[in-house]
Amino acid sequence: MTTMTAAGSIESVRSAIARGETTATALAESYLARIAEEDPRIHAWLSVGREYALAQAAEIDKLAANGETLPPLAGVPVGIKDVLTLEGFPATAGSKILEGYRPPYTATAVRKLADAGAIFPGKLNCDEFAMGSSNENSAYGPVHNPHHLDRVPGGSSGGSAAAVAAGMAVATLGTDTGGSIRQPASFCGVVGVLPTYGRVSRYGLIAFASSLDRIGPFAANVRDAATVLGVIAGHDPMDATSSPLAVPDYAADLDRSADQGVSGMRLGVPAEYFAEGLDAEVRAAIEGGIERLRSAGAEICPISLPHTRYAIPAYYVIATAEASSNLARFDGVRYGLRAPQSDTLAAMYRRTRDLGFGAEVKRRIMLGTYVLSHGYYDAYYRKAQQVRRLLADDFLSAFKEVDAIVTPTAPTPAFRIGEKSDDPVAMYLADIYTVTASLAGICGISVPCGRSAEGLPIGMQILGKHFDEAAIFRVGQALENLLAS
Amino acid sequence: MPDTERVSLEDVRRVAELAYLELTTEEESRMRRDLNAILDYVAQLGELDTSRIAPMTQVSEVLATGGETATEELSVLRDDLPVPCLDRNRAMASAPETDGVFFKVPKVIER
Repeated sequence: MTTMTAAGSIESVRSAIARGETTATALAESYLARIAEEDPRIHAWLSVGREYALAQAAEIDKLAANGETLPPLAGVPVGIKDVLTLEGFPATAGSKILEGYRPPYTATAVRKLADAGAIFPGKLNCDEFAMGSSNENSAYGPVHNPHHLDRVPGGSSGGSAAAVAAGMAVATLGTDTGGSIRQPASFCGVVGVLPTYGRVSRYGLIAFASSLDRIGPFAANVRDAATVLGVIAGHDPMDATSSPLAVPDYAADLDRSADQGVSGMRLGVPAEYFAEGLDAEVRAAIEGGIERLRSAGAEICPISLPHTRYAIPAYYVIATAEASSNLARFDGVRYGLRAPQSDTLAAMYRRTRDLGFGAEVKRRIMLGTYVLSHGYYDAYYRKAQQVRRLLADDFLSAFKEVDAIVTPTAPTPAFRIGEKSDDPVAMYLADIYTVTASLAGICGISVPCGRSAEGLPIGMQILGKHFDEAAIFRVGQALENLLAS
Repeated sequence: MPDTERVSLEDVRRVAELAYLELTTEEESRMRRDLNAILDYVAQLGELDTSRIAPMTQVSEVLATGGETATEELSVLRDDLPVPCLDRNRAMASAPETDGVFFKVPKVIER
């Protein structure tokens, strides 16, 4: 068992530097030392950029020495999932096909972090092309759950969750297509946010399923996650699906609602998320959390989201169809791996993709190609898109009655490495409570809500309507406070 | 295997060709098993009558019809203006084989 240290909060880091109690350089050195010490057991990082991090820290120290106002994330070490680009640094997406690739541009979310003074220790391990629920699909080896090294950290953003849990970063960026932020946050006992689709620009994200992919933060507490989302959110001309709606000051909103908490909020509890397949310890923990929210003044409302059971099948049709199209770009021509000594272009494509892609990525490309192929499009792809609308309508109806919805994030605590790796359908069911919000486009957060008898973290998922992140932060903050007291 | 196996070995080969994937014999049989297991699971979508339901392709269209968000703000197209794009040298730097002007590939036409 790895020792957990309470990582400094964003505000404590920033104010300690501003008051001269520490320097960004000293802080960066201490996080780099912690990575060197902890990560051989956890394997959360795929690359560490020591010189770059120290150069960023030196810039912050210069500002502090001159007595200038420090930017919101000044000196805060933030890790980046390896599906997001930072110009000149590796971006493998957890795949051999991008080994050695150095992207010539920086993702908008990453640039916004840098502009806000964040320090980048390096890039984080993940399932190949963000396809997986356990991080076992990384071509560079699995991540180990810091709470229990023979358990998975969840996926696909397993490195991002584990890095925060083990105190190797104050915050990290992950991506979530069907649960890839929320489920590892639950497994690793940290906070993970799925922002509303369109809230954060996807420019510079190596695409998996474009109508579902989202970028969001991990942090050790709700307030830090809200602060990071406030930094990375907003419209971007480079992503036509990014929303022009103004970005609220989420952290200030938490201050304003601090006294009130969840008092007077209506929280929906959907029966379908507490049915067969839910682990007894997870159920007890989540029901206990809901009871605390009730005692703090929330009105708990039983609701129904009747199409929930169709979410996993609809998701795996839509996500794989989009993936088969997005991953066509990996052809050995413009970047990444090329298989040597092919006589023809077609042979080069096939051999490159055979060498470069792992088993799960091939499986999803095959499934996606199949459901889009002649004669199957209507039966699978169009059908799944119709069901997607039914799932979205379930939520739109529910949000006429309630301010937010509370559920378990995942049906079980972290499972063992190797436990599900031979059964794709069993693995897909790890996302049963998270894919619904992905399909509907609404926002969500996973907040720690107790532990199993074995000490494995359990997360509560809080879902909010489109662009109402303020509501889920408010509920998440209340839960965090109630469990701490 | 159920009698009504959805994906045959021939289907696997046809789809692999469409997807430009080269599968070994073992990979082919495992792929057939996995695709059938997944598609058996997906088949439950058939329980729902969706004949009157419009397909949902993007999140923004749901906001336009059912949400409370100001819809006109969500469907803004940018001005169609030429802007500088990635410098050729920087783009070419990532390519496996290039002459500095073009990407180079093996021959396209078999003779």
